[in-house]
Amino acid sequence: MGTGTGIGRVRGLGSAKHGAHHWLAQRYTAVGNLLLVLWLVFSLISLPGLDYESVVSWIHNPLVAVPLMLMVVSIFMHLRLGMQVMLEDYVHDKGLAFFSMLVLNFYAFGGAAAGVFAIAKIAFIGVVKP
Amino acid sequence: MARSNSRPLSPHLTIWKWGPAMAVSIMHRVTGNGLATAGALGLIWWLMAAATGPEAYATFVKCATSPIGYLVMIGLSWFFFQHLFSGLRHFVLDMGAGYELKNNKMWSIATFILSLLTTGFVWLYIFGKAL
Repeated sequence: MGTGTGIGRVRGLGSAKHGAHHWLAQRYTAVGNLLLVLWLVFSLISLPGLDYESVVSWIHNPLVAVPLMLMVVSIFMHLRLGMQVMLEDYVHDKGLAFFSMLVLNFYAFGGAAAGVFAIAKIAFIGVVKP
Repeated sequence: MARSNSRPLSPHLTIWKWGPAMAVSIMHRVTGNGLATAGALGLIWWLMAAATGPEAYATFVKCATSPIGYLVMIGLSWFFFQHLFSGLRHFVLDMGAGYELKNNKMWSIATFILSLLTTGFVWLYIFGKAL
């Protein structure tokens, strides 16, 4: 804890200048999720079908692949921040807390990478004939 | 933080009368972590199956459209809308508004009603289109 007033510390005006970074990043990614996941829900229910060819040819479109990648990144950033707060609240053992944070980071970065890779593959290759 | 058992916590969870604000708060955490685990894994499974090919996608569709699959998808969609509306409530509270007891209670209840209605409409639309 630095010197100065309480409100100054809360606003991130301490020496590191990023006191509220986690809290703000949670909100920024929440807005991203709000827009992008609603877009996904509306898109999916208005697609002619959810069979392999309809879905893959939809994702093949760059105007779909790019927002879908952004959605995956926004989701995994948001869940990393959110689950971190949950684990900080409930995991009291120091060693277990460190380990759970390690697993959470692997999960969040691994999941985002898997999602972005899958979308990129569909965007570049498109429908695969059996 | 390890706490000493000789220094008791005040019995916060056991003595308060449950109210809508408490319910919406814990549901925000439950729905968020449900979506973060089951929801995110389902999303990645769906994308990976679509990227792998028709056979992997068929396996995904078979699981997703089984009775348990529908139950999970309907549950996750309700979790999503509950988290969405309670998240919107958070934005309002973050701005310092909506703390008056009546308003707070009303909007807490509203998140549940809105999430159930939205989930119902979405699935009615999906099942209506399928018929």
